[in-house]
Amino acid sequence: MEYIIYFALSIMAVALVFVAIRFIKGPTTGDRVIALDTLTTLGVSGIVLASYLFHRFIYLDVALVYGVLGFIGVIVIARYLEGAL
Amino acid sequence: MIFLITVLLILLLMVGAAIYAIVQKDLLFAVIASGVISLILSILFLILQAPDVALTEAAIGVALTTIIFIITIRNTVRYEDERNKKKKQKNVKKLAK
Amino acid sequence: MSIMEIIGSFLVIVGSIFLFLGALGIYRMPDLYSRLQAGTKATTLGAMSVILGVGFWEPDWFLKLLVLVVFIGYSNPLSSHAMARAMFKKKIFPWTKEGGVDAYKEVIEPTGEKQES
Repeated sequence: MEYIIYFALSIMAVALVFVAIRFIKGPTTGDRVIALDTLTTLGVSGIVLASYLFHRFIYLDVALVYGVLGFIGVIVIARYLEGAL
Repeated sequence: MIFLITVLLILLLMVGAAIYAIVQKDLLFAVIASGVISLILSILFLILQAPDVALTEAAIGVALTTIIFIITIRNTVRYEDERNKKKKQKNVKKLAK
Repeated sequence: MSIMEIIGSFLVIVGSIFLFLGALGIYRMPDLYSRLQAGTKATTLGAMSVILGVGFWEPDWFLKLLVLVVFIGYSNPLSSHAMARAMFKKKIFPWTKEGGVDAYKEVIEPTGEKQES
C-alpha cells in the first residue's frame, strides 16, 4: 500500500511542475489565479496522503482548513478585478 | 527516496515563487505568488511534524494576507512605477508654470 | 488485502491520474476558459477520489474525510465561477470559430478597460 502512495505522490509532483510552468508563463491574471487554485487542491490531496503515510489523525485538520479557507483569496481577487470590492 | 525528491522539488518551487514575487512589477501577481509561498511553507511545516504551526500558517497566509494586500492595492496603485510617473508629471507641470 | 483496501487503492490511483490530467490540461489548453475548465473540474474529481480512497483505507477517519469532500465540492466551482465572470468583465472573450455565437456577450455588458498583461 505504501507503493501506491509513492506512485500518487510522484505523479502529483509531475503535475506540480506543469502548474508551476503555467504560473510563470501565463499571459493573463486569470491563468495565474487558476494555477494557485489548482495548487491548493493538489496540496489538500498531498496533505491527506501524507497524513496516512505518517499515521497521524491530527494532520487532517490542516487539510480541512485549506478546504474551508482556500477559495477566499480567489474570491477576493475576482471581486477586485470586477471593481466591486 | 521519492519523498525526498518531492520535498526538494517543493523547496525549489518555493524559492522560485519568492524570486518571482520580488522581480515582478505588477503587484497583484506578487500577491498571488506570496499565496503560493504560504501554501508550500505550510506543507513543509507539516512534513517537519509541526501541525499546529502549519494550521496557523494556513489560516493566516491564505486568507488574511491576501485580503489585506488586495485592499491595500485597491487603495493605492497596482503597478510599481506608476506612482513615480505621476510624481514626475506633477514636477514637470510645476516647472512649466 | 481485504476488499476495502482494494477499493481504496483503485480510488487513489484513479484520483491521482485525474489530478495529473488536470495539470496537463492547464499546461496544454489554448484558451483561458478551457484552462479554467480543465484546471477546476478534473482536479475536483481527482481530489475527491483520492480523499475517499484514503477513507476506505482507514475507516475510522471516514467522517472527517467526508466533511473535507463536501467542502471541496462547494468551494472549487464557486471560485471558478467567480474568476470566469471577472475575466469576462475584463473583456477577455472565449475563443470561437468564424461567425461563432457568444450568447453571454449580449446578456452582460462588459465594463472596464482592456487587460494588457
